[in-house]
Amino acid sequence: MAAAVEVEDLVKTYGTTRALDGVTLQVPQGGVLGLLGPNGAGKTTTVRVLTTLLRPDSGRASVLGIDVLKDPDKLRRIIGVAGQYAAVDELLTGRENLVLVGKLYHLPKAEITRRADELLERFELTAAASRVVKGYSGGMRRRLDLAASLVNRPQVLFLDEPTTGLDPRSRLRLWEVIEDLVRDGTTLLLTTQYLEEADRLADRIAVIDTGKVIAEGTSDELKDRVGGSVVVVRPANSADGDRAFAALSTVGEPVRGASGDLTLPATTGVTLVTEAARVLEEAGIAISELALRRPTLDDVFLTLTGHAAEQAEEQSA
Amino acid sequence: MTTPSLDAPAQGGLRWAVKDALVLTGRNLQHTTRQPELLFFSTVQPVIFVLLFRYVFGGAIETPGLSYVNFLMAGIFVQTTAFASTSSAVGLADDLSKGIIDRFRSLPMARSAVLAGRTLGDLARIVLVVLVMTAVGLAVGLRPASLGGMLGAIALTSLFGFAFSWIQAYIGLSVPNVEAANLAGFVWLFPLTFASSAFVPLDSMPGWLQTFANATPVTPTVDAVRAMLNEGLPLQAPLLRSLAWIVAITVVFSILSVRKYRSVT
Ligand SMILES: Nc1ncnc2c1ncn2[C@@H]1O[C@H](COP(=O)(O)OP(=O)(O)OP(=O)(O)O)[C@@H](O)[C@H]1O
Ligand SMILES: [Mg+2]
Repeated sequence: MAAAVEVEDLVKTYGTTRALDGVTLQVPQGGVLGLLGPNGAGKTTTVRVLTTLLRPDSGRASVLGIDVLKDPDKLRRIIGVAGQYAAVDELLTGRENLVLVGKLYHLPKAEITRRADELLERFELTAAASRVVKGYSGGMRRRLDLAASLVNRPQVLFLDEPTTGLDPRSRLRLWEVIEDLVRDGTTLLLTTQYLEEADRLADRIAVIDTGKVIAEGTSDELKDRVGGSVVVVRPANSADGDRAFAALSTVGEPVRGASGDLTLPATTGVTLVTEAARVLEEAGIAISELALRRPTLDDVFLTLTGHAAEQAEEQSA
Repeated sequence: MTTPSLDAPAQGGLRWAVKDALVLTGRNLQHTTRQPELLFFSTVQPVIFVLLFRYVFGGAIETPGLSYVNFLMAGIFVQTTAFASTSSAVGLADDLSKGIIDRFRSLPMARSAVLAGRTLGDLARIVLVVLVMTAVGLAVGLRPASLGGMLGAIALTSLFGFAFSWIQAYIGLSVPNVEAANLAGFVWLFPLTFASSAFVPLDSMPGWLQTFANATPVTPTVDAVRAMLNEGLPLQAPLLRSLAWIVAITVVFSILSVRKYRSVT
């Protein structure tokens, strides 16, 4: 399969910040790549370069064989993009927004009407179509923005955190819409902070951190990198977090989770559970949960980016 | 790095660029109809100016050979259109801050279309404001010398406002937010319009200020508009100077603005 999106060694700096520090990635024709990374990793910057909105300092990028830097207008015809923040016109109605975009693509009038109706329907905006966007909820704006990105039936679609701010039902609905598009052959690059989203939609996942792709593979491949399983530890008293971290560091490389949990990649399986229990007991730390489970993408994310953060600290120290 | 292909759509060329600009002019006008209160206040303001100047200063300022109303209207016309041009700065800053410009920049449009759509739509508003002022002026005693002169005055004022919209477009793309656009759009217009022949005869000012006033585009435009209103005369030195300014400002600032538009992120 030929690559639909090819990115090689993109660099973009803002002052001393290296927003992109040599990003290289590929999306095969008809494939879905999930670009996963913490805040400030460079996800939006990557998408902006690929959608002709931003010139990188160096590097190469092409979409369907079209050079992003040399032939942006040709590219704009065949791609669709929905940015991280909905770019809709608040003073126009939902339908007028789509019609405006259709006109700017120079589509025939009848086609614009048909397409607008179809997209409004697909994104459940038909009832609100004649209302001014100012009165839309955040989720409705997002959906309208996504609809706008599909007006020209793009062959390659870029979605920057498409479901951020959507309620669970809308998110599910949107996933279905995206899956439909992919089934029809659309190539998709999406960024997300929801691992569940990457797990469900993406064939391949690229983990990006501080402007670099630090891991790439299928969801299973990435999980294997963490080890066959992980040990999860939850201190009974959240104030014990630091001490538990120190204790666990003697038997592995703990990673702090969002909820105060600590996870240990468990290459040695069950033995690690007993070891963890022992060091915690010796340190006198009460725990409310200690378990062994399959790694989730969450663990992958934390392990990979957690390590990267540690290394950065060591280097600067 | 040069980016020639960013300039125009790959196909369609000029015809598409014009069409894009018109589509966006339509959008701008749609905005106006969705914000009737904005249109109301932007026309009320010049009306208040006409009445204030007419009745507050009308008795105090010597205007040899002319009634103060006939002297004043040209100044009010030009100052008001200059003020009205600030909506181009505000409108673009607003589009930028709301991310709409990103949507436009991701479409295969001419790079000039967003700016042309903005300034052309604002021109329509400027013409409306000038017409309202004319009506109010007539009601409070303005007596133009001829219909042709009056139409000429309206046309020149509107073109002047259009040229200033391009300066404002550049400002709107250069400032970080809408509030700054509003301030940056206005602040320089006060000295520029008051230090001119708009409201008082130039020879009542100190010499250095006269020199300044004569060097700006405002004074020749006011003088030309005044002459058309009161003498019905079209062709004369101030008119040519005013037109030269209008063309120069439009050309220079449309180039600067399009260049800026390409580089904003
Ligand atoms: N216009 C800009 N000026 C200065 N710095 C910028 C600019 N845009 C991005 N950056 C910096 O570049 C880095 C990458 O930003 P980017 O927006 O690509 O991150 P992201 O992965 O999309 O983050 P998030 O998940 O928060 O959206 C950050 O450190 C950010 O501060
Ligand atoms: Mg982002």
